[in-house]
Parts: sequence; structure tokens; C-alpha cells
Amino acid sequence: MKTLNDIFDQITEAFGEEDFELSEQDAGDSWITVMPHRIHEVAKYLRDEQGLRFDSLMCLSGVHYSKEEMLGVTYHLYSTEFRHRLTLKVIMPQDDARLPSVEQIWKTADWHEREAYDMLGIVFEGHPDMRRILCPDDWEGHPLRKDYKEQEQYQNMKVPY
Amino acid sequence: MMKPDMHLDSKKPTFFPKHQEALYKSLEDKHATVELDKSDPLATRMILNMGPQHPATHGVLRVLMELDGEIITKCRLDTGYLHRGIEKMAENKTYQEFMPYTDRMDYLSPYSNNVALCLAVERLASVDVPEKATYIRMICSELARISSHLLWLGTMIMDAGAISFFIWTFREREKIYDIFDEVAGHRFTVSHSRIGGVNNDLSPAAINKIKKFVQEFPAELASWHKLLDKNRIFIDRNEGVGSIGHEDAIDIGLAGPSLRATGIAYDVRTFDPYMFYADMDFEVPTRTEGDNLARYYCRMEEMAESVRIIEQCFDKMPEKGPIRLDNAKKSYPSKDEVYYSMEGLIHDFMMTDTGVCPPEGAEAYHAIEAPKGELGFYIQSDGTGHPWRLKIKSPSFSNLQGLETVLDGEMVADTVVIIGGLDPVMGDSDK
Repeated sequence: MKTLNDIFDQITEAFGEEDFELSEQDAGDSWITVMPHRIHEVAKYLRDEQGLRFDSLMCLSGVHYSKEEMLGVTYHLYSTEFRHRLTLKVIMPQDDARLPSVEQIWKTADWHEREAYDMLGIVFEGHPDMRRILCPDDWEGHPLRKDYKEQEQYQNMKVPY
Repeated sequence: MMKPDMHLDSKKPTFFPKHQEALYKSLEDKHATVELDKSDPLATRMILNMGPQHPATHGVLRVLMELDGEIITKCRLDTGYLHRGIEKMAENKTYQEFMPYTDRMDYLSPYSNNVALCLAVERLASVDVPEKATYIRMICSELARISSHLLWLGTMIMDAGAISFFIWTFREREKIYDIFDEVAGHRFTVSHSRIGGVNNDLSPAAINKIKKFVQEFPAELASWHKLLDKNRIFIDRNEGVGSIGHEDAIDIGLAGPSLRATGIAYDVRTFDPYMFYADMDFEVPTRTEGDNLARYYCRMEEMAESVRIIEQCFDKMPEKGPIRLDNAKKSYPSKDEVYYSMEGLIHDFMMTDTGVCPPEGAEAYHAIEAPKGELGFYIQSDGTGHPWRLKIKSPSFSNLQGLETVLDGEMVADTVVIIGGLDPVMGDSDK
């Protein structure tokens, strides 16, 4: 079982320091922030590296930081072998929300990434089936964005009640 | 001679055309893992829609399957028919106000959902829960587990062909409803838990009812085992059906009993104990086959373990003690205070109006073992009484994602039993 600091040291040793940042919090969870373009290789490293073995992606959530005009994705990882957990965060600008998909690394990410795309409009590059999942395919806008405004009409039905 | 793709051209969907087109195209593009037998003269590709209004899909789940004879070569699920935007609603409610919505997610075990939300918020806002309240939460969560598994048992066996069994499991569920009525004042959507404790103490009548149920239930369970364990039809319908290996299961994110049926003893109650599960003496039932029968055994044994946990909780639960944190900034004051003191009334008003305010920028992910698997709440706070972002990792969502893989290569007639065995609830999955 490794602490967050151990894991952070191991990552920076392998990938260099410039693209990673450790945020330690007094309340709740602490996390590591990763630059969007590194997420795929970091995820692969975390899954395969001896002594880390994060074989399970528990949760993948999209977040809209509307004040900063940023969109973020949070990954909650868990290792069933060593029983340690890790929170990874990726933050990218709202008008160019793209990042590599981790679907090839954890298949769990498949539906979760589709949900993040559906709800927040984050595009995961390399995902085999980037469709909406909860809303119909021709729905407009992304409901969980803070500035979301529902459409007036959908299929000749009135949307706002 | 019919062209293999003709069905796609001749039967253009007219309702939600764009959505349908995208779904059909996605099925086309899916990489088929099942080999088609090209020499079979009867092999014709056919596309079959099952649901969303199909009584055996346990709600509004739609399965789009490509069939080769009776074999499903590949399938896609279409979810979202019960999407109510719970996560968006949460952003406009205080944490306590949001609780009744969690009841309506996995509506077969509302108490577990309440507890999951409370534990996540309590972790975020550093709220300590009194000992007695935690025991009450544990007892009721385990009752919710039994209640959920009872519904699964009844419907799954109904899917396999035996109708009357449903009535027997519902007779036991009815007793649990009566217990919740006595405990919380509601039979179905309980909302009994509160941030910082629970709403009210267990009444003597409720304690008697729970103790009576716990005493009588194992005999009932034993008689069901006697009926099903050697039942030829039941075993033939379930053995080797919907199998998945342990590596695939963890990769695809199966949760709860479906994961444990593949041989991985992953249970949040033992891996990352919350409440007082670390002090409890109970087993995590596992099987290695990974098929529907293994899931049946796991859930049946889990019910017996839940009974053991409830008994231990009663042994350890203090007779008297507070049931809610006595700190008016973090938890509702007791009704005595509200009715008889000005401060109490103000605090009650403030709790309803503003609620608990976790520190700005703090965030927490907390998962519990709900009856169907790992139920996690990821909350980000912006320092107000409303969550900035609340994401629900629901077990049915994960299990349905697994279903897309499990169904490939199975017989179309087994779809119903496999869905029954995985036990998805659409309210949970579609949020």
C-alpha cells in the first residue's frame, strides 16, 4: 500500500516533473494533476507498473469549472492487489476540450467517457464509440455545463416545461 | 437472394431517426468477437430490438442485437430512457435536500443510497456520526440489501420460468417494508438517514420487528435453497450461462455479486471498511465460475451474511445514546430543541436554508457496498451548501456496461435470464 506522495514521486521519476502537480488537501481527498497530453501514457504506467497496479478505474467524472472557463476530468483509481487508491485530474480549456481516451487501458472508461461527453462535451480522442449515452443522439448542448440552456423544441416537442 | 444488409435499408426507423441511425451504425461498427459459421445454410443475419418496453428487461432498457440464427453475435445497449438529470438537480439543492432524490435511484434499496450520500458529505465536511446512529444505519443498510436481493431472486426466477416464487419472496419483502414503515415512517422511499446521524431512534416496536424477521428469515432462506439448489430446470437455465472470467470482469468494471461470482472477493465492506464493518465477523461469499448460477449462490449467501451482521449490530449497539451529532452548524438540531428554544428554531431554519458547508475546493469520493455493487459519490464543494459537482458512480451502470460484453455469443433466449442475473435497475443506471 502506497501513499499519494510515494506514487507522486514514482510518477515524476518516470515522466519528469513539469507535467505533474500534487495538490494536498486538509479535508477530503488529495489529488495529482496531469497535463492532458500525458494522460494516456501515465494511465498505462499506473496500470502496469510493478508495485502500483491500478487495475480498476472506479469512477471517471467530468467537471465544469465555469469561473476558470475550464473543463476537467477526474479519475478515481484503485488497486485490488495493493488496496491503494489515487485521484488523478486533468484540466483543459473549455473551448478545446479534447484529451486521449483511456478506454484501451480500462474498459470501464468506455461508458464513463461517453457520459462525460454527453453531459459536458469533453471529446475523448481514440474512443471507439464516441456517442451520447443518456440523451438522444440529436440532443443539443451538454446538460451538466453550468451555462447550459435547454433547446426550445426537440422532435416537435416542447422542451422547457 | 437477399442481400445481407438489406434489413438496414428496408426498415428505416422513423421515430428518433438520428438517434436510431447512430445506434444501428454503432452496432455495425462494433468489433464482433463471435465467429459466424459461414457454412450453415440457415445462417441469416438479423437485427432484433428488445425493449425498451419489455417486461423482462427490468425497466426501460433497450438491447439491440445482431443475431445469427439463435446466437447473439454482437449487441449494443441503449440506455437513458429513465434519465432524470439527478446530477444536475443536485447542483441546485442543499446536500440534505438532495437525499430524497437518491431514494429514487436504486429504488429497491433506498437506505443504502441515503447512507452513501451521507458518508460522502460527512467525509467532505468532517462530520462525526454518533455510534448508535452508525449501528442503525448498518442494520437498515443490511435490511435494504436483503430486500434488494429478494426482489432479484423473485424476478430472476420468474425470468427463468417459475412465477409463484415471486410471491414468496415478496411476502418476505413485505415484512421489510413494514419494518421500514416502523423505522422511518415510509415503506418505500425511506430518507431516514441525515447528515450527521439519522432522523429518529429505533422504536421498541421496530426493534422487535427486526429481531423477529432476523430470527425467522434463515429458515425461509433454507427452504428456498432446498427448492432451487437441485432443481433441474433452474440449474439448466443458469449453469454456464452469461459466463465471464475474472480478468475481464475487473477490466470491464463489473460490481458487487456479479464480480464476486467470478472469484474476486472485492467487497468495499472488507477492502475499505466504512462504518463499523471492520469489527463485524462476516464472510464475503465468492464463486469462481462467473456464470449466472454462481451469481445466484453469491447473492443467496450474502443474504445469510446480512442476517449475521444485523444480529451482531444488535449485540454491540448501545442502549442509549445520541442519534445525531449535537452540533447545530453541521447537523439538524433535535425536535425538542426546535420546539422549545429560539436558537434551536434558528438553527433548524439555517440547516434547511443553507445546510452543511464543506470547505471551498474540497472534494471527496466515497464508495459503499450497495446491494448491487460499489456505489460511489464524488462530490466537489465550492464552499456553499450546494455541491459544485456531484457525480454518482452507480453499480447498475457498471453492470450494464458489462452486459454488452457478456451477451455476445449467448443464445437469444438466455438474454432474459442474464439480465435478471446481473440485476440492473434502470433508475440507478440512467440517473
